[in-house]
Amino acid sequence: MKVLSLNFLTCAVKACKSTSNSYPLHPKDAELVEDDLELNSELLLNIMPRIDWPALSTTATELGFPSLPAQPPTKEELEADAKMLQDLHHLLMETQMMEGKLVCGNCGHEYAVREGIANFLLPAHLV
Amino acid sequence: MLPTPDTSHVAFERVYEPAEDSYLLLDTLSSESETAFLRSRFGRSSTDAAAATTTPTSAAGTVPAPFVVEIGPGSGVVIGFVNAHATHIFGTPSVLTAAIDVNRHACAATQETARKAAADVSQAATATTPSPSQSGTFLDAVQGDLTAPLRPGSVDVLIFNPPYVPTEELPRQPTATDMVTSETAPTFQDDSYLLSLSYAGGVDGMEITDLLIGRLPEVLAPHRGCAYVLLCAQNKPEAVKQRIRAFGPQWRAETVGSSGKQAGWEKLQIVRIWREDEEQQQESS
Repeated sequence: MKVLSLNFLTCAVKACKSTSNSYPLHPKDAELVEDDLELNSELLLNIMPRIDWPALSTTATELGFPSLPAQPPTKEELEADAKMLQDLHHLLMETQMMEGKLVCGNCGHEYAVREGIANFLLPAHLV
Repeated sequence: MLPTPDTSHVAFERVYEPAEDSYLLLDTLSSESETAFLRSRFGRSSTDAAAATTTPTSAAGTVPAPFVVEIGPGSGVVIGFVNAHATHIFGTPSVLTAAIDVNRHACAATQETARKAAADVSQAATATTPSPSQSGTFLDAVQGDLTAPLRPGSVDVLIFNPPYVPTEELPRQPTATDMVTSETAPTFQDDSYLLSLSYAGGVDGMEITDLLIGRLPEVLAPHRGCAYVLLCAQNKPEAVKQRIRAFGPQWRAETVGSSGKQAGWEKLQIVRIWREDEEQQQESS
């Protein structure tokens, strides 16, 4: 699963949704692979307003990427910075988590990621 | 007519095979009325002012890429189609798509269908003239129960072809320990069970759809979020639309596609669900 997907996902337990600790989920024992995809700068610029930047920064750090700037780059900054565009493309689009777990910071539940597919079905006692 | 995604790689003994309901969704989502609606909401033509009200942080000149999620994609034919033809449907290729299915085999099938459909569109385009990509970006198919894994307020367009067939009871809903990997060879019984999840809807065929509708106010993006839900005549579609309109004065629910007319009433129909802000209401009146 793509790093960008983690920006849209949260704990499946109903009671966790209203707490800020449940987002973003924390990758654990993550095995990453890198795809080689063509950079689409227009897409990246249009995705930026959709991104929760603090959550992305947390995810990036936890996956071992260099720290992101404290503030998201503006459209103008991003357009003028080819390296930053490339770095974001690499992080958001090309990096895939194939195996590992996603852990909720509120309830501690661990969601398994296998063969690149995350399993958000809950055990019977949590449904 | 836009080409339908290739699903020849999908194991239809355990994943729902595209049928009349799937094709009605394709036809409706690519129809003139719906592409006009979706383009005005999410395309390049929408004004910066409208974009700024939905997402305060958006810089002038960019339209935040819509996040389109199909619940229960099965083979992936619908979300694969929407993703591959994003420019036709939304007026922009800057569209993010994803899917959630309880059936792990459906998740794997959907990833592959979406990948193939986008590749086929780009191959067809470059065969004539080199042109920028027409397709959106498919993110992931994750295993989950309806919208449970989604961040509240995150979905701009939700698509749902539910298990709508009235049945005496619902099949047991799967939990975390079902279908852990795709390696374990499923038995015939497993396969029948998986297929039953794709069609069996319990009382009035509405038990699962009712759950999904109840979650729409939470999961749809404020202001611009909308949903397309397929219903059959036994689902009592007029009552379903009334329930949605009762969510509040901004809520709308209208039939925007139908097929299989029988004795004057539609066998299958697609209901579009959306909210209209006061400013939009004034403009359109």
